[in-house]
Amino acid sequence: MSGLTARRVLIPALALVSVGALLAGCAQEESASSTTSAAAPASSAAPASSAAASPAASAEASAEPVLDECSKENLTLVTPGTLTIGTDSPAYPPYFVDDDPTNGQGFESAVAYAVAEGLGFTPAEVAWTVVPFNKSYAPGDKDFDFDINQISITPKRQKAVDFSDGYYTVNQAVVALNDSPIAGATTLAELQAAKLGAQVGTTSLDFITDVVQPADQPFVYNDTNDAKSALNNGQIDGIVVDLPTAYYITAVEIENSRIVGQFPAIEGGEEFGLLFAKGNPLVQCVNEVLGELEASGELQAIQDEWLAGDAAPYFTE
Amino acid sequence: MAYHDPVRQALARRTARRNALIGMASLVGFVVVIVVLVSRTPGWPVVQETFFNGEQFAESLPGLLEAFMLNVKIFLIAEPLILIFSLLIALTRTLRSPIFLPLRVMATIYVDVFRGVPTILVIFLLGFGVPALRLQGVPTDPVFWGTAALVLSYSAYVAEVFRAGIGSVHPSQRMAARSLGLSVGQTNRHVVLPQAVRNVVPPLLNDFISLQKDTALVAVLGPIEVLRQAQIDASSTFNYTPYVAAALIFIALTIPMTRFADWVQMRMARRQRAGGVA
Repeated sequence: MSGLTARRVLIPALALVSVGALLAGCAQEESASSTTSAAAPASSAAPASSAAASPAASAEASAEPVLDECSKENLTLVTPGTLTIGTDSPAYPPYFVDDDPTNGQGFESAVAYAVAEGLGFTPAEVAWTVVPFNKSYAPGDKDFDFDINQISITPKRQKAVDFSDGYYTVNQAVVALNDSPIAGATTLAELQAAKLGAQVGTTSLDFITDVVQPADQPFVYNDTNDAKSALNNGQIDGIVVDLPTAYYITAVEIENSRIVGQFPAIEGGEEFGLLFAKGNPLVQCVNEVLGELEASGELQAIQDEWLAGDAAPYFTE
Repeated sequence: MAYHDPVRQALARRTARRNALIGMASLVGFVVVIVVLVSRTPGWPVVQETFFNGEQFAESLPGLLEAFMLNVKIFLIAEPLILIFSLLIALTRTLRSPIFLPLRVMATIYVDVFRGVPTILVIFLLGFGVPALRLQGVPTDPVFWGTAALVLSYSAYVAEVFRAGIGSVHPSQRMAARSLGLSVGQTNRHVVLPQAVRNVVPPLLNDFISLQKDTALVAVLGPIEVLRQAQIDASSTFNYTPYVAAALIFIALTIPMTRFADWVQMRMARRQRAGGVA
């Protein structure tokens, strides 16, 4: 190829590349400018502006050592002055009552308000936001200070988010209809031939695949309601849920159902934790509060009020 | 191409090669610029870790491929049924004799209802609703009902595609066939439908690809297919890479299918231009 043609090739190529650069550059600039633009729609501006605000605020907090960094004024919050708490919708009993986290009823709602009070917030200064479980661990800035949604603490998950200390140690249980073939099961072996279902993304599902190891693949549902429908229809023999949910289902929601048994706790126990954005300094403050709630017996009192005891029989090998 | 001039041919070849080179260079340059810019954004390391994690990808891929077999199975069962049902519905809607009015009305209502109702509702209704009736001898298997729901829903869409194809065949074709002594059935079979189907291959393929992805909806009834498996992996590790892996699996199937359809269509077009000489 002659030098002349080479140049003829080069020039349009360069032009195109620079157009590409320009386009990408514009796109970047646009997203950056939306943080300051007042005209930008609220939904897109909100996370962007908090992106700009929070690193600055946290840098300030760490730059000058403050005596009480857990006092309400010094906390780094999504919305200053308000504690924003996330949970999924629908919010299920016995963790929430009437699908309304703001009423303070139900175990997790009560724990959330106790934590808020411990941090110095009045109930009026607490705002709830809907955080689907799948969104809770999305990268980028969170629109909640912490998320409370029966999320079990696992080391793998801790790579993506931070958890508070556990506020409840949970066991998993099997619920079945009274006429189910597994209604009288007492061992894990008896469960292996059964069709078991669980909600997606839960440690209940992990229990089926890792602990029970049934012959059939587990059935996986979007939420507990769908799992209950399938159970009622006889499409599955049993569902695995956490024990408090199992008590609620058998006592209130599905007639003729029973808790077949609960699984022995995994090593170290399985605990629910509050979920925070990775690196959020609020975790330490919340852990302090949780420690106080535990020491004073208040956490146990909330648990006794909303969650039934754990009298269900344990499965044996 | 009756006249071959070696000089011109050489020139044409050179131009073609040059164009190809320019195209490649420009494409590569464009991609490089985008990649460099995106990878220099402040959030990129986190996004890369969360969506494009090689380790996570390798870990979840075998399970995803296994789960994908269910998608393939649903698709392979549903697709032929959809083609048959939708063709029947489309033909019913083109019947002109007044005696067929009830059939036409039923076909129209069917299409209106099932195109309007979200597929996921049909799946829930059949998958959880029918077994709840507790009828003797009626299956409760979620894959069965999920597939049935997809067939019902997609037949309505595809019937409209076929109807459009039938409508695109010029009336003179039908009249010519009839005047040659072909019956209505023969006219449809030998004259109208071959042309109609040929005209709607691209939109048909659109619906096929859409169906491939919608097989994932059956997961709401409990069975684990590829997207559900990805969701399970994602929620146990809090990492979205399994979704990307699932997407690649879907793409690996749709791209060859699209190229195949392009090829079929090109062949058909060549035949048509050749005036019926195959």
